[in-house]
Amino acid sequence: MQHVISVLVENRSGVLSHIAGLFSSRGFNIDSLAVGETQDPTISRMTIIVTGDDKIIEQVNKQLNKLIDVIKVQDITEDEYLDRELVLVKINCTSQTRGEIVQIIEIFKAKIIDVNQKTLTAEIAGPQDKIGAFLDLVKPFGIKELVRTGRIAITRG
Amino acid sequence: MKMTGADIVIDGLIREGVEVIFGFPGGAVLDLFDRLNKSPLRFILVRHEQGAAHAADGYARSTGRPGVCMATSGPGATNLVTGLATAYMDSVPIVAITGQVPTPMIGNDAFQEADMVGISRPITKYNYLVKNVNDLARIIKEAFYIARTGRPGPVLIDLPKDVQRAVCDNYKYPDSVNIRSYKPVYKGHPLMIKKAVEAIEHAKQPLLYCGGGVIISGASKEVLKLAARCNIPCTTTLLGLGGFPEDHSLALKMLGMHGTQYANYAMHETDLIIAVGARFDDRVTGKIDEFAPNAHGNVIHIDIDPSAISKNIRVSIPVVGDCKEVLREIIKRIKPKKNPKWIAKINKWKKQYPLVYRNDNKLRPQYVIHQLYKITKGNAIITTEVGQHQMWAAHYYTYTKPRTFLSSGGLGTMGYGFPAAIGAQVGNPDRLVVDIAGDGSIQMNIQELATAVMHGLPVKVIILNNRYLGMVRQWQQLFYNKNYSYTCLAPTKDCPPGCTRFIPDFVKLAEAYGAVGIRVTKKAEVIPALRKALRTPRTVFVECMVEEEENVFPMIPAGASVRQMMGGMA
Ligand SMILES: Cc1ncc(C[n+]2csc(CCOP(=O)(O)OP(=O)(O)O)c2C)c(N)n1
Ligand SMILES: [Mg+2]
Repeated sequence: MQHVISVLVENRSGVLSHIAGLFSSRGFNIDSLAVGETQDPTISRMTIIVTGDDKIIEQVNKQLNKLIDVIKVQDITEDEYLDRELVLVKINCTSQTRGEIVQIIEIFKAKIIDVNQKTLTAEIAGPQDKIGAFLDLVKPFGIKELVRTGRIAITRG
Repeated sequence: MKMTGADIVIDGLIREGVEVIFGFPGGAVLDLFDRLNKSPLRFILVRHEQGAAHAADGYARSTGRPGVCMATSGPGATNLVTGLATAYMDSVPIVAITGQVPTPMIGNDAFQEADMVGISRPITKYNYLVKNVNDLARIIKEAFYIARTGRPGPVLIDLPKDVQRAVCDNYKYPDSVNIRSYKPVYKGHPLMIKKAVEAIEHAKQPLLYCGGGVIISGASKEVLKLAARCNIPCTTTLLGLGGFPEDHSLALKMLGMHGTQYANYAMHETDLIIAVGARFDDRVTGKIDEFAPNAHGNVIHIDIDPSAISKNIRVSIPVVGDCKEVLREIIKRIKPKKNPKWIAKINKWKKQYPLVYRNDNKLRPQYVIHQLYKITKGNAIITTEVGQHQMWAAHYYTYTKPRTFLSSGGLGTMGYGFPAAIGAQVGNPDRLVVDIAGDGSIQMNIQELATAVMHGLPVKVIILNNRYLGMVRQWQQLFYNKNYSYTCLAPTKDCPPGCTRFIPDFVKLAEAYGAVGIRVTKKAEVIPALRKALRTPRTVFVECMVEEEENVFPMIPAGASVRQMMGGMA
């Protein structure tokens, strides 16, 4: 099962490599990892999406906690949380298909951020199902490039 | 106060109570060395940086105080790696200080540059690259704190040359440490302690299973108290040896792959495992699905490291905390009890399946260790290398006190024992320190003979020379059709004439370094040779030409269960 793990860490160089190294040396699979500063500039938050059974997730939690630079680990999978990902996608288009693509973009409240003769680049942010549905729809036109930030998540309330 | 980085290091070490550094110089630590020989710190000059790391480890394991080692950048620092990994696996507090190229050159593939923070990340508890001299005092303070608290481990401080030379304008060594993200838990959870007490009271066939954590936390007395009060037999891991007096009637000695039969049978039949500072390593459990089937997951696991709990086996009562504190809480609450049937069963196993070796006229390695035990009355600090001799050292010397058996358990590092003995001797100048070595392993850090002789350290090394990488040969014999592929270290009777019998001649080698060498070829020579060695206040090698194809038994093959246990008699 996929878990959403939210980790507060010291905002210092080397911390990311500690965490990435932990995942690789223990054989845990990271699906995505996003990092950024929090309201306290000395602290960063990492949102880590990881797949594994209960035993693996328990170890992920404990091993993260064991790292000296990790301040707090929360598995928010079972909590009420909001998650978002930002995706930039460059789609092949022609004068015939452009209209249809623009329509899809509007329906999804995505944004066109660049356009030229052969491609159209869209920006879409949202939860995974929305992004998945959007990508499914534009895929037939041909995706030239896809850039994803990885999910970030925040608990409700 | 104004102070340079190098002076801060020296001052910090002194303030941390460090008395000795094991190390080796080089370009990137010239500034540190320029202060060292004018400081009150003792410096032990090794001959290879791996020796420095192991010596710091032996010092730490035998005294309980953090060991300190020092090396230059690049090759000096990378030579520490095996020693740091060894210490990390066995939770040994070490502070390693390495020189680094000047900060402006970092990342440029400068001469003798190695990314030590990157290299040491998975084998240290924590590491630092010091970029600013103003951080140095805090970093030193934190490094010692992190190394010795919680589950101890090695900490590396990588110190660029320009930071050693830089001046800190207002140096003040911090009085305390505050790391918001690192707060080890020492006190066990009261609810879990209550549950543990109930489980012990209900168990009919409880078993104490003690690891290195017992020794690290200084919990031996508490383990003994609990065992005695509730009539619980006790087995230990290799690293737990000395944590429970093996001459006690409740002692089962070591368990696992080369454990005693009675310890493994007890683990197979117990209905409650009380694991203290142990981690259910694969050398202990064997095939995990068949491990301790009668406990049915009835496991109390006391450990300061939450990640050690429920990693390998399911645990019903996890108690995160310091072994000693948790045991004290349990003992306070627990009612005395007897388990006569269980003890009778165990005593029957002990009688039926004792640890034995063939005590004939031949020079058997086990005999040598047994005699060493008798002569020293168990009062030596024993270190070992890795191999068959290590297991025999575990079997045939009787350990009754903590910090008297130092061995690389987790990593299984050949070459550990001799430098570790040097470190232990430095930390315990009045004790007898003996490295029980194999002819293969001793050659991995043989250069430290110079260190021992130069510093006048009367370490004794007993080489059980079977002319083989014996432990590997044993596996080849048992599991690879006796195909002794590259495990023979010296010519045998099958070899062409003209070969010298000794490669090397350890007696001459010892003498070449200015140590004393004694060779033993017959059983009758063992006792006099050992006595002579122990009488001699110098570094001594005792080379015993033991039976070549002796095997270590009992043995549970890797990944097998107690039902596949092989042999009682070698
Ligand atoms: C550094 C290192 N290399 C290889 C091994 C694998 N290994 C384990 S035991 C052993 C043989 C050790 O030979 P020796 O020191 O003569 O001890 P014996 O088993 O003969 O008593 C080897 C090669 C190891 N443990 N450590
Ligand atoms: Mg050998």
